[in-house]
Amino acid sequence: MKYVLMFMILATSMFAQQGVQTGVVVGDRAPDFRLINIDGQFISLDTYKNSKGLVVVFTCNHCPYSVKYEDRIIALAAETAKLGYPLVAINPNDPVKVPGDSYENMQVRAKEKGFTFPYIVDGTQEIAKAYGAKRTPHVFLLSNASNSWKVEYIGAIDDNANDAEKVESRFVLDAVRSLSSGSTPTVTQTKAIGCTIKWKE
Amino acid sequence: MSLFASLFLYLALGPHVEEVRLSQLQQRLHAGRDTAYVVNFWATWCKPCVEELPAFDKLSRTYKDQPVKVILVSLDNPAEREAKVVPFLTRRGYEYCDAVVLNEPKPHLWIDRVDQSWSGSIPATLFIKDGRRLFGEFQFSAELLEKTFTDFLNEGK
Repeated sequence: MKYVLMFMILATSMFAQQGVQTGVVVGDRAPDFRLINIDGQFISLDTYKNSKGLVVVFTCNHCPYSVKYEDRIIALAAETAKLGYPLVAINPNDPVKVPGDSYENMQVRAKEKGFTFPYIVDGTQEIAKAYGAKRTPHVFLLSNASNSWKVEYIGAIDDNANDAEKVESRFVLDAVRSLSSGSTPTVTQTKAIGCTIKWKE
Repeated sequence: MSLFASLFLYLALGPHVEEVRLSQLQQRLHAGRDTAYVVNFWATWCKPCVEELPAFDKLSRTYKDQPVKVILVSLDNPAEREAKVVPFLTRRGYEYCDAVVLNEPKPHLWIDRVDQSWSGSIPATLFIKDGRRLFGEFQFSAELLEKTFTDFLNEGK
């Protein structure tokens, strides 16, 4: 018991320290946001009120797992946009802890890679907490019915981070395809390895 | 093999880093009844992981004469075992830790098998002894790791 208590105190303090909160689950209303894009314009859910939904990807510049997925995120954005589900990338990391994830470096990276989607910055980290993003990359797929936004899928982009050639299940694309054909995604939640979000001290 | 012989082999050959499946790792954790295992999930690309590895090295040295085993489980791409993981561990010289590279391509299928509460971010550490488990998803300092581990051992007594 002593040990359990100790661990609970330890866990509570450490999780609190890391800013990890519960966030949303599939079926929840999606939290709104108003965040600045690398072009200086603000983006919110309302920006996409005429789309069928939105693919929200918490990602960043520096994380090697995010880097592994960069080309796949660009390809995914093109495919989901065609189906009426544009993609936005949100960088939740504290640039003080990771200078490579600063606003200026986001602009540089997006230009280098030719991002076709907004790359917005969650400066207060409130949106990452509201969604319950735990790592980069971490995807939240939202559906939209008359500007009422619902969480439909949470998790990984696909089932093989190391080798794009060996991917067997493209979770996000499959879920978008299901939604756009009027059915419920079969897989609504997956786990994946990733970098921890770098929370502010 | 005596400690001396293993040390000699280590110095001569460098760290032995096998590629394992999760089931092999789990078999090992369940086979060693008297042994306390400290299993750290890390990767060479993960900065907070690399920062906390010295704490695990220190723990492995503190308990080197006791039935305690620190296992560093690399989640690097298995294809990069020779190119990245082995050179990294050779430089660091964690000779009292065991090191393996996990070869499991589908994280959505195996993360829950390590621990249901794991979101999948690293570093993450599993303490296991006689069927008792403690899992945590955070970065340890040497002091906190030592305290967490001794409390974990004492709780089982």
